[in-house]
Amino acid sequence: MTLVYVDNVHKAFGDLKVLKGINLSVAQGEVVAIIGRSGSGKSTLLRCLNQLEKHDSGQITIADKQLDAASMSPKELSENVGMVFQSFNLFPHKTVGENVCLAPLVVRGEEKAEVEKVAREVLEKVGLSDKYGAYPAQLSGGQQQRVAIARALAMRPKVMLCDEVTSALDPELVGEVLRVLEALAAEGMTLILVTHEMSFARDVADRVVFMHQGRIHEEGAPSELFSNPQTPELKQFISAVL
Amino acid sequence: MGPTLDFLTLLPYVSELLKGFTTTVILTVVTTLTGLSLAVAVAYLRVNAQPWVRWGLGGYVEVTRNTPFIVQLFFIFFGLPGLGIKIDAITAAFIAMTLNLAAYSAEILRAGISATAKGQLEAGRALGMTTLQSYRHVVLVPAFARVYPALISQSIIVMLGSAVVSQISVFDLTYAANFIQSRNFRSFEVYLLITLVYLLLAFGMRRSFMLVGKRVFAYQQGEQR
Ligand SMILES: Nc1ncnc2c1ncn2[C@@H]1O[C@H](COP(=O)(O)OP(=O)(O)OP(=O)(O)O)[C@@H](O)[C@H]1O
Ligand SMILES: [Mg+2]
Repeated sequence: MTLVYVDNVHKAFGDLKVLKGINLSVAQGEVVAIIGRSGSGKSTLLRCLNQLEKHDSGQITIADKQLDAASMSPKELSENVGMVFQSFNLFPHKTVGENVCLAPLVVRGEEKAEVEKVAREVLEKVGLSDKYGAYPAQLSGGQQQRVAIARALAMRPKVMLCDEVTSALDPELVGEVLRVLEALAAEGMTLILVTHEMSFARDVADRVVFMHQGRIHEEGAPSELFSNPQTPELKQFISAVL
Repeated sequence: MGPTLDFLTLLPYVSELLKGFTTTVILTVVTTLTGLSLAVAVAYLRVNAQPWVRWGLGGYVEVTRNTPFIVQLFFIFFGLPGLGIKIDAITAAFIAMTLNLAAYSAEILRAGISATAKGQLEAGRALGMTTLQSYRHVVLVPAFARVYPALISQSIIVMLGSAVVSQISVFDLTYAANFIQSRNFRSFEVYLLITLVYLLLAFGMRRSFMLVGKRVFAYQQGEQR
């Protein structure tokens, strides 16, 4: 079943055409890794998928519903799509528990007791149940990023977007975050992640998408794509990063 | 030989002093709360409202920040009745002090708000929050924390400036002093006394603000490790 469907999406910032007709469909439970050079439009594509950027033309549907302000409210969108950022973006004045509970409380208007129960569950899932009352500043980067994942999970999204979620971390903290994502993938969560961790893309992704100059240049199963790249651009990219 | 100091001459006027002190304290506590609340609304609307609202509020902030407080007070108390709006002296004092504190504090807060990390606003949006919800839950507390010292000083300035409400015969601390010295001619003693009282009020305010801040901004203690 197709969960995310992107049809001929264009996006420009002024004169700069960043997305030049993206077509992508992601099935329920699929893990898609997006790779590509800096400036190729990876973040912009992810940000269009939760409308942090509005695409100029083309269509995006999630669970068969069009993704635009007219047909999907911000609340509904946030229940479909969760996002984790490179720089964590936790709310510094709120404890770990409050960070996770905030959106279910104020956006979904759920019962406090119920929300706190969910918060403990998702924090358990990312291995941080003991940090419920801590402030973000008291946590390591890896822990903060895991809280950010838990915070997104608490809205029970159908798909999670991850934009280079390990790039701001010290190398020794990358593993703990990747393991959480791996566990999510194993549970059947649909993931679309931009990543520079090629070994992670190879081991965990069902499909790898290579973006080049605002287009999807090549895509396929990681085993084929990495061992047998078809285009010179991908060959060059792979030899540069591996 | 000059006159000697004699604070006992103030003794018969203890009730006036207490009345004036109470008025000043109530005026200050109430207008600090109303002024800072109004400042939050003004700071929010100056960024997010319709253009004509933004423009109007910009006018209010600039006029208030560039005219003397006593003229604002006179305008509200003596001027507005010309438009058929009659208010008593103490209400005029509340309004003038609230509007004055709000205008300055809104500008101070705006700086704190615009320093909010873009990423945190985006996280709020990605979680489905509206702009208003983001302001309330994501932006407000860190913005306050950033500019808190400036807000404390501004609130104290307004408290000290409240002395001029005696000019529209609000029975505040300064009014009490004027009243007493016109009866016993002991200006030195009475003004020395209220000088000390204002000084203590200012210290007390700063301390109270600090205590509140320590609780509300407790999250910052982790950052200082
Ligand atoms: N809000 C914006 N306004 C103007 N230009 C932008 C904006 N966001 C992105 N761009 C530009 O669009 C292009 C693509 O940016 P994008 O962030 O999507 O690239 P990316 O593939 O994620 O790169 P990186 O690997 O460096 O994160 C870049 O040239 C960038 O400068
Ligand atoms: Mg990027």
